[in-house]
Amino acid sequence: MEKQILVAGFGGQGVLSTGLFLAYAAMAEGKNISYVPSYGAEMRGGTANCIVTISDDEISSPLTDTPMQAIIFNRPSLDRFEDSIQPGGVLVINSSLVDRAPRRQDLEVMQLPLTELAEESGAPGSANMIVLGAYIAHTGIVNIDYVLNSFANIFKGKRSHTIEQNRKAFLVGVEYARTRWHRS
Amino acid sequence: MAKVLMKGNEALGEGAVIAGCRYFFGYPITPQSEVAEYLARRLPQVEGVFLQAESELAAINMVYGGAAAGARVMTGSSGPGISLKQEGISFIAEAELPCVIANISRGGPGLGGIQPAQSDYFQACKGGGHGDYHLMVLAPSSVQEMMDFALLAFDLADKYRTPVMIMSEGMLGQMMEPVEVREPVTEQYAKPWATNGCAGRKPNIVNTLHLGVEELEERNRHLFRKYAEIQAREKRAETMLTKDAELVVVAFGLLSRVVKKAVIEARKKGIKVGLVRPVTLWPFPDEHIRECLETAKMFLSIEINMGQMIEDVRLAVNGQAPVEFYGRIGVVPSPREVEEAIMAAAEKGGLV
Amino acid sequence: MKKVFVKPVSLTGKQWHYCPGCGHGIIHRLVAECMDELDIREKTIGICPVGCGVLAYEYFNCDMLEAAHGRAPAVGTGLKRVLKDRIIFTYQGDGDLASIGMAEIVHAASRGEKISVFFINNTVYGMTGGQMAPTTLLGQVTTTSPYGRDKDREGYPIRIAEMLAPFEGTAYVSRVAINTPANVARAKKAVKKAFETQMQGLGFSLVEILSTCPTNWGMGPVEAMKWLESNMIPYYPLGDLKVKEG
Repeated sequence: MEKQILVAGFGGQGVLSTGLFLAYAAMAEGKNISYVPSYGAEMRGGTANCIVTISDDEISSPLTDTPMQAIIFNRPSLDRFEDSIQPGGVLVINSSLVDRAPRRQDLEVMQLPLTELAEESGAPGSANMIVLGAYIAHTGIVNIDYVLNSFANIFKGKRSHTIEQNRKAFLVGVEYARTRWHRS
Repeated sequence: MAKVLMKGNEALGEGAVIAGCRYFFGYPITPQSEVAEYLARRLPQVEGVFLQAESELAAINMVYGGAAAGARVMTGSSGPGISLKQEGISFIAEAELPCVIANISRGGPGLGGIQPAQSDYFQACKGGGHGDYHLMVLAPSSVQEMMDFALLAFDLADKYRTPVMIMSEGMLGQMMEPVEVREPVTEQYAKPWATNGCAGRKPNIVNTLHLGVEELEERNRHLFRKYAEIQAREKRAETMLTKDAELVVVAFGLLSRVVKKAVIEARKKGIKVGLVRPVTLWPFPDEHIRECLETAKMFLSIEINMGQMIEDVRLAVNGQAPVEFYGRIGVVPSPREVEEAIMAAAEKGGLV
Repeated sequence: MKKVFVKPVSLTGKQWHYCPGCGHGIIHRLVAECMDELDIREKTIGICPVGCGVLAYEYFNCDMLEAAHGRAPAVGTGLKRVLKDRIIFTYQGDGDLASIGMAEIVHAASRGEKISVFFINNTVYGMTGGQMAPTTLLGQVTTTSPYGRDKDREGYPIRIAEMLAPFEGTAYVSRVAINTPANVARAKKAVKKAFETQMQGLGFSLVEILSTCPTNWGMGPVEAMKWLESNMIPYYPLGDLKVKEG
């Protein structure tokens, strides 16, 4: 099974690190992965995106313009990428910064108010970990216990308090998904 | 061995270190700079030398000196920087000095852009600088190959005393994939020709000047005998689903993986399509392409440029089948886009 | 019988291709004598320029490279970074070093690259037939300054030694000439000092050697030596400009 996930938002929102974390987590679980950050002229516009491919088999194309799932951090990214997501795909939206509902009816849309959740959790810098927690808990794309156990590895070289803070934020997301999102 | 998640440019840099390269002379240019930055950190850890040159010209001439000294030496650049290096590359090819040149390509001409491109195919494969010569050119398609081809490139460079270029789209340098880190290369080639001091022997001379008419011609013939040997022994290509293919797509680099996916999808729609992916761009794997002529009714060259490799595909096919082209500039086309191009070509060729 | 004059071992003995009265022969010999006296021939690698010195690899009896036009200091940098205990010298003319190779010489000097540069200044491009060089004097007629070099048209001659001496990376910079026996003796001392500076690892060394080009100047050898003295030395004064002691 091969899944391609788009992560998109403003530069500085932790878009690329979100994708990278996902890639690391899937890799730790023994999956084939590839991670392609937005590149070229795209990098200069203040927006960032990346494509993560997670597969049980060898990955042919690490690129796609029709991802199966998308994590969208802001309105311009929703406007740009909404139509590209494959029918039946998952669309995770940061509702704090996206002021419209998606037009698509054929997607599984999950929303969470990232800014508010991050402030409540006392870790405003870890919003991207919250969305990851929610996304992973909801989709099961990687084993959540495995991710939790891999935190120290994934954040290798980082200070321990940031690891703890990220872990805490991640769990806020997990909790949000488990209590507020229901599988459709 | 556990795999490590690496950026393409870093895998290339580490591959060079594993290959025993201890000297990198370079000049900053996007999107190659991470190769230089990685080696600036890494080489001092292994008692190597990273030196940022004052110019692309200086960098390639430092490579000329370092290679003449007998060391495994590398430089890296991108499009416009490679253009500047061509003088030095011509000298290095003529002097038969082994070295590796990374071209993390961008689109041109002129300053162009930093978007992914394969626009340097001509300047990589057709000599590039003045005079009759070739580089060996390797086109990796994955981060693992960025590392593995660094090892291969240094080996080929020493084996044939020739500059070897590793040419990748800028995007392959930026993306990350798990890499199985290779064992360090310990085997060394003897380099009795190196200019490293003439103690106990006659002086060695590294020279590219041949004022005598016969001497110059013989020198060129010598180079081309070597190139013939390389062509006979070192053509490399990957083929997929070509056995019964009526339509054969030819694509290299990261793009070839996008094409793979599109080929698989097009097969599902009943198109007998296959892929030849040149791994060596020079020597060009023309035999791999010609072998497809048993079933192939047409060829499709897909490139991220306006059509450069297609000339070599046409030479390989030699008029025995039509060769179509699909290209983008500054964009790696998506699998869906490539699939559409395949379907369009198939329709044009009456293969649908 | 006691030998009082022998060919240096560091020269091959091959007959020069240089024109009668050309200074290259003298300077080659000085470099070779110093290599002999310092006993460094077997660990020295020389780099030839593009210009009249292009064939120097035929004459020096040590490992030699022939570099692209102006790039010798970059080639020397590559060699020296690999072969830290070897002696590297470049032999460059004024077109090669001060025009097309200006970036390479400036940066090699500023990096304090531990190489020795012998810079032959004869105010013209010799090999290509006497065109104007960056060191061509004001008023001097060449094939590409047929009305004489004019400051308003071609700008001023460049004083390389003065330009590079203030660099922190340079350890020894000197200007000498080969127009009289006394000056030849001083030139040899400077060449030797440049090699010694490199052997002591002090930094970059450069000797600018004022030389003659009778053919392209349109003079006889003796007249050329006089022209050097009365025209070049006033603009390019002789002497050490930088001496860093070990």
